[in-house]
Amino acid sequence: MPVWVNMLGLNLPEHLIMTAKDADKTSLLEGGVRIESHSYNFNFNYDSYPSDFMIMYSARYGAIQPAVQIDVLRPDGNEFQIYFASLPPSQNESNEFSARIFSTDRLIADSLAGYSSLFTYRVDPTSPQAMIFSHTDENKVLKGTYVIRNTFYLFDPRDTVVDSGVILGGKVYGIIGTDDLRRDLAVGLLWGAPVALFIGLTVSGAAVSIGLIYGVVAGYKGNRTDEGLMRINDVFYSLPTLPLLVILSVTIGRSIFLITGFLVIFGWVGMAKISRSLALQIKSLQYIEAARLMGQSDTRIIFKHIIPQLLPLTFASIAIAVPGAILGEAALSFLGLGDPSIPTWGQILHDAHSAGAMSRGLWWWIVPPGMMIAITGLAFVLIGNALDSIVNVRARRM
Amino acid sequence: MGDFGRFLVKRSLNMVIVLLSTLILTMALVGPTMDKILLDATRASVVEETNNSDINFQNTEERQNYIDQRIDLQIKAIGLDEPWYSPKRFTNTVLKVMVLDLGRSNYLTSESGSANVRDIILEKMPKTILLFTTSTLIITVIGLYLGAFAANRAGSFWDKINSASAVFSSSFPTWWVGMLMIFAFAFTYHIFPARATPLTAPSDPGYALDLLYHMMLPLITIVLVSFGSWAYIVRYFVVGILGEDYIIAKRAAGIPQKKILYSHALKNAAPPIITVVALSLASSFGGAITVEAVFGWPGMGSLYYEAIGFMDIPVIIGLTYVSTLIFIFTVFLTDILYAYFDPRVKIA
Repeated sequence: MPVWVNMLGLNLPEHLIMTAKDADKTSLLEGGVRIESHSYNFNFNYDSYPSDFMIMYSARYGAIQPAVQIDVLRPDGNEFQIYFASLPPSQNESNEFSARIFSTDRLIADSLAGYSSLFTYRVDPTSPQAMIFSHTDENKVLKGTYVIRNTFYLFDPRDTVVDSGVILGGKVYGIIGTDDLRRDLAVGLLWGAPVALFIGLTVSGAAVSIGLIYGVVAGYKGNRTDEGLMRINDVFYSLPTLPLLVILSVTIGRSIFLITGFLVIFGWVGMAKISRSLALQIKSLQYIEAARLMGQSDTRIIFKHIIPQLLPLTFASIAIAVPGAILGEAALSFLGLGDPSIPTWGQILHDAHSAGAMSRGLWWWIVPPGMMIAITGLAFVLIGNALDSIVNVRARRM
Repeated sequence: MGDFGRFLVKRSLNMVIVLLSTLILTMALVGPTMDKILLDATRASVVEETNNSDINFQNTEERQNYIDQRIDLQIKAIGLDEPWYSPKRFTNTVLKVMVLDLGRSNYLTSESGSANVRDIILEKMPKTILLFTTSTLIITVIGLYLGAFAANRAGSFWDKINSASAVFSSSFPTWWVGMLMIFAFAFTYHIFPARATPLTAPSDPGYALDLLYHMMLPLITIVLVSFGSWAYIVRYFVVGILGEDYIIAKRAAGIPQKKILYSHALKNAAPPIITVVALSLASSFGGAITVEAVFGWPGMGSLYYEAIGFMDIPVIIGLTYVSTLIFIFTVFLTDILYAYFDPRVKIA
């Protein structure tokens, strides 16, 4: 869940990541054994238990295996020793070993079982995150400052503790929250933005330009050319877009550039129809006739005299066509046919759908990606409408 | 009716051309993949056959030779020795698609257990048609009335609300709204079922009612997202017509505004509106796949989603053929309707 839900009156634990930098390190020598300890102090003032915790360490050592011990100092003064184990034997002279101890570790449950008598109610040592952070007389969170201390017993002066860390799995993280694999959704959304803009602008730009030239050529040349070109246009107009997009990406490929190309193939049809009808109007104007009498070539007339007249409309059309392209890509990604190497908003929603986010109530996974699609589309529609009402004087009156 | 007949012939010819070109396009896209699948299937069946037969081979080499020979024979028999674009195989494929012989699926089966792609698709098709005809009808009715209502009060508060909602809804992905609807009405407030697949058996007398109950949520979603832009389009055309001289003349003659609006203005706005129907049908049909996938409505869209999940290529190809067929037929029908409402088209 996103962090800001705590502002709505909830008090859920935040995800807490502590690295070796946050630790108080002490080191003392006792009878040839060096004891290094990393203590992590943190305040835990939330209303519910953390979802889990994880303790990481890595050490470099030689022939004699060091031992590691983990203690938790609670605000009520109790001290739990939750873990004690020796590191695995080293393979060669200098072996760097790193490991992660999860809260589900059996050793933690075993050592916590010894403290069950401290509690006045039945506790479950197999969920240590609840037992460690609860009152001894009632099943409620004990608020206050906790210390998690990792102690390493090193038996060789050359042995060192390289790194350690603690992750306290919270229930809220970041401004948008995480998905079920604990990936930060905000990162996915940010990465999705340039991809969506790229697809939207490239597809609409290319499709509208192709449609513009196609339509103007058809309208200007007239007769047989017009008839033939418009027949081809009719064919494309009658093709169902999404099923064919599915076939294209199944058989040809799913790279983002290919998908952009596929969307262009189906995008130019509408613009071709509009620009043809406008070219028919402009064609009969006198300055075109004058240009033709001067002996200018058709290409020159089309690109110098007709298309510049239609440019304002073109820009409006590009802006209006952007949401369609973004929606097309999102639909394709949602069906599971997006580019697997790039995160897009559609893919986040696909993941949410296949993970059953709706039934599990994970609203923060569903709402933001769709909002992003909608807002991006809306922005371009508004730009397009504004441009359109400037360009299209007749429409403004209505 | 001579003109109308000529028009019909012309449009039908156009439809046939479109159908053929879609067919060729799809075949060009899937031909090589299809061939490979068929080849693998033949190979597997030959090996299977040899394993089950009583023939005793002296060594593995002899067995391999035998299998290779059988495979070659089979390939010749099916015609796989020629590429998909050779005239013989091409006409064969076209004929097969025309009688909807779409081959066998790899994983998916119909509810009766058939692996025939045609059976699978025909089983799902009525559901898709049911959902999308109903929603289109509802959207049309709401859109026409709202559009006329807004046009009558052009520039008013309600008109602005209408335009704004059209702009908003056009940039929402329908399937995402569907996800939100499921979240809100199925899991937060338990009003509608989350999965749109009814649980009662089709033979049960309550099946139709149950189906309708399960259809509500997808239906509401589609209507909610689409009616705004519909009303906007209707408004656009009706406002144009309300400014015409003959409407002013009618008003001067004392005909009530309501009658002018609903019987004169709407009727004259019908032809362009019908063109837009074709367009919106087009987009709703594409949307069908995703909307059905979200709701698990047991139609062609969900089938698409499943087939993509299993990469069941024969089913995907079959679905593409069938949906293209339906789509082109719809466009054809709207063309004819347009001509019926607007006699000018026939001459042009």
